[in-house]
Parts: sequence; C-alpha cells; structure tokens
Amino acid sequence: MPALFFVQIQKNRKEEGAFVDQPVYQVSQVNEYVKALLDGEPILQDILVRGELSNYKVYPSGHHYFTLKDKDSALRCVMFRSQAQRLRFRPENGMKAIAQGRISVFSRDGAYQLYCGGLSPDGVGDLAVAFEQLKAKLLEERLFDEAHKKPLPRYPRRIAIVTSSAGAAIHDMLRILRRRFPAAEVALLPVRVQGVEAPAEIAGAIRYANRWKVGDLIITGRGGGSMEDLWAFNDERVARAIYESELPVISAVGHEPDVTISDFVADVRASTPSNAAEIAVPDQMELLRWLRGAGERMAQAEEMKLELCRRRLQTLAEKRVMKDQLAFVQDRRMLLTHLQQRLGDLSEKSVGAKRQKFSSLAASLDAMSPLKVLGRGYAVARNEQGILKSYRDAPPGSRIEVALGEGSLECTVEKGRP
Amino acid sequence: MAGKKKEDSQTFEQQIARLEEIVARMEKGDAELADSLALFDEGTGLIHSCGKLLDEAEQKVVRLMKGADGAPVELPFDTEEEADG
Repeated sequence: MPALFFVQIQKNRKEEGAFVDQPVYQVSQVNEYVKALLDGEPILQDILVRGELSNYKVYPSGHHYFTLKDKDSALRCVMFRSQAQRLRFRPENGMKAIAQGRISVFSRDGAYQLYCGGLSPDGVGDLAVAFEQLKAKLLEERLFDEAHKKPLPRYPRRIAIVTSSAGAAIHDMLRILRRRFPAAEVALLPVRVQGVEAPAEIAGAIRYANRWKVGDLIITGRGGGSMEDLWAFNDERVARAIYESELPVISAVGHEPDVTISDFVADVRASTPSNAAEIAVPDQMELLRWLRGAGERMAQAEEMKLELCRRRLQTLAEKRVMKDQLAFVQDRRMLLTHLQQRLGDLSEKSVGAKRQKFSSLAASLDAMSPLKVLGRGYAVARNEQGILKSYRDAPPGSRIEVALGEGSLECTVEKGRP
Repeated sequence: MAGKKKEDSQTFEQQIARLEEIVARMEKGDAELADSLALFDEGTGLIHSCGKLLDEAEQKVVRLMKGADGAPVELPFDTEEEADG
C-alpha cells in the first residue's frame, strides 16, 4: 500500500477506536480501486449485453445516456458522441437492443457502467429499424401522399436516368427503351449508387435534373444487391429530393421484393430498372398498330359519312322537283295563269257593276238637267250676280240675260213688279 | 405545306392527342361533309408524320456532366453492352 494509506491509518487509529485494526480509505481511493479491478478483467473489456432500452437521453453534448434492463436488473450505459453519430437507427425506449462496449467505473459517481461502442436492435437488423423509422417519419410528414404524385408523360421526349454508368441497370434500361420507344432520348446523370457518397450524389442529380430540366421524366435506381447495397435509396436526402422533384420520378431499385423509401416517395414504383423502362415509355409496336387502326377507323367513318350523304341525296333526288327541273316553273306558271284568270274575272265583274250604276246615275242626272227644263219652255234669268229669283235682284234699267231652251236674250228691265 | 409545318411544330404527344380527337369526331359523324373530309386529310397527315417519326427514330443517349458554369454538358455514352453477346 502506498504511504498515503499508512498516514490515513495512523490518523484514524487515533480518532476511532473501534476500527483500530482496519485500514480506512478515501471514497476516490475505493472507486479507483474498483475501477482498477474491473479494468483488469478481460471479459468486461469487450462485452455484448442484451436488454431493453429505457430512460434514453441524448444530451446537448451529443452523448447518449440510457439504461439497459431485463426483468430483474438494470445497467447504466453511456455512448459518446463519436460512437453515437455512427448509429444507423434511432434508439427508442422499450426497444430490445444489443449493446457492445466495456464495463468500467465512473469514479465521480462511484457507479459502474457500460461504455457503449455500438448499439443495434435485437432480433432485427439496425437497417431494418432505421428503415421503419424513416418510413414512419416521412409518412407522418405526408411525403408518400397519393395526392402529391404526378402523372407520367405519355410519350416522354427525354428521360433523365440517375444511376451508375457502370452497372447492369443502365444497360437494361437502355435496351428496353430502345426496343420499345427509341424516339425518347436518354440523358444519363451518372452517380454512385452505394457507399457514403451515394445519397448526396443521387439527391444532387435529381435536383440538378430539375434545375436544368434535362428531361421530362426521371428514373432513378440501381440493380439488385444486399440491403446495405440498396441503402442509399433509403436515405432521407434522396427521399426529399424525389419528393421535391417537379419532374415525375420513377423509382427502380433492386429486384421485385426489394422495397425502399424511394419507392414510397416516387410518383411511380417500378419493381426493377427494366420494369421502369417499360413503365416509362409506350410500346411503339402497339402505337404503330394503333396508328394503323386510327387510319382504318377514319376511313370507315368517312365511308359511312359519304354513304349517308349519298343516301340523303338519293332521297332528295327522287322528289318530283328534283327529277324534272321544269316542273317547278310549270307549276308556278299554272298558278300564275290561274291567278290572272281570277283577277280578270274579278275586274270584269266590278267594272260591269260600276258601269250600270253610272248609267242609272247619268239617267237621273239627265232628268234633272236644267237644259231639259228649259226645253220644256222655261227660262232662266241672271245678271252678273247670278240667277234672278226676285224682282229685287234686277232694278229697272239693269241688264239681264235670259237663257232659253235654245239660245238666250240680252234684255233691259223696264219695270219690276212684286 | 402549311399543314406540314404545323405537324412538325407539335410534339408527338400533341399530334397523337389531335389524332384521337379527329378519329372520335369522325366516328361521331356529326361533322359537315366538307369538314369531315378536311379532318380525314389532317388525320391522314398526322398518322403519316407520327408513323414516320416512330419508324425512323433511333435512340439517342447522352451522358450529362456539369459544365464549368453549372450548365449540363452532353457527352457521348456507349450504349453497347460489354461482354454481353
């Protein structure tokens, strides 16, 4: 024992009679001693511990503090920031986990704890947990909403493909696009599709394709691989870039059973890159067939139209007016003659009646004529003022005219008699 | 040649859409005879130009690289599959 202990023992012996024969230690001495003991135990230097996470706390310093517990017991754990940053999932209370690390003593608190170097979900892989967690988060943020999904162009003019220029995927896609619809141009935006750089490159290429409108449709994906290989397409950055893309995006990752977060966010999910190419463009053979069909349908419609017109013409042509072009004129002429006749009849009748009336009027006029009266021996006397009806009208000496049945007399009045 | 020019300036999609419209209109049969003849002519022209475009199309593939000013630069991309006969 070091000298310090000896001094300590001496001192205590004087003060506390009861413990005379036992050494007395400082708290820190004890903790250091225990720490030295534990640190010397090889098993505790790299140990895996299974338990349930509880009381999980992330401090502003970036260190994670939590407790691993089972039915009967609990173990305090700490994970420093540098290790915590490497976590691929978000630890949550209640989660079954396996922690790896070393057991040591935190002298200040006199507590031993697990200094955690790594943590992974128990039973399922950490990637599986991370996948579920991101999926739940983005679902909550409505990144998978059907309403947000954009329709694909029916006949893309230029397809932007964000994938590796080296893999089989690009060649599969090009082959199918070439076979189905070579009219669509293809612009490849080469990116790494696995490794730590991949998510940023994929997300960047999707944004770049939008910014420069390098096509009217984006296909992003890669060929099959392990979950780790496909991991870039489960990255939140890629998911957000797809969500924010104004160009429609087809996600084409791995094989049929592989489902990635990109598949959920994309406007259309293709099961494989080849499938994406099939979805992206129409089959030109079908299109050509349709075009031919359209020509036939038009010809048929036109034929029917003409037939219909012909039939209508036929019906019209069979009417008399159309058969005999003069018939119309003749009809009209007959009508005209008839009208003239009628008009003639009418006028004749009317003139006759008028003539008769005129004769009778003329007769009575004749009967009343003063000439007729004069003819019977009467005379009419008049001066410049008019016909004389009184002796007073013509004073003696004035001149009057006397009209007779034949001729007249110029006279001077000798004398008037009342 | 005005009609031809019009077809060229339309996208393939617009041409197909117009053709669909023409066929539907003609099948409905309510157009005047002169109009339907004009539609028939236009439709035939569209079928010809779309068919030609499909028949003559050759896949064009480019590799895009970000240029010095940020704008995409088109580079050739070898579409032949290596080692795969």
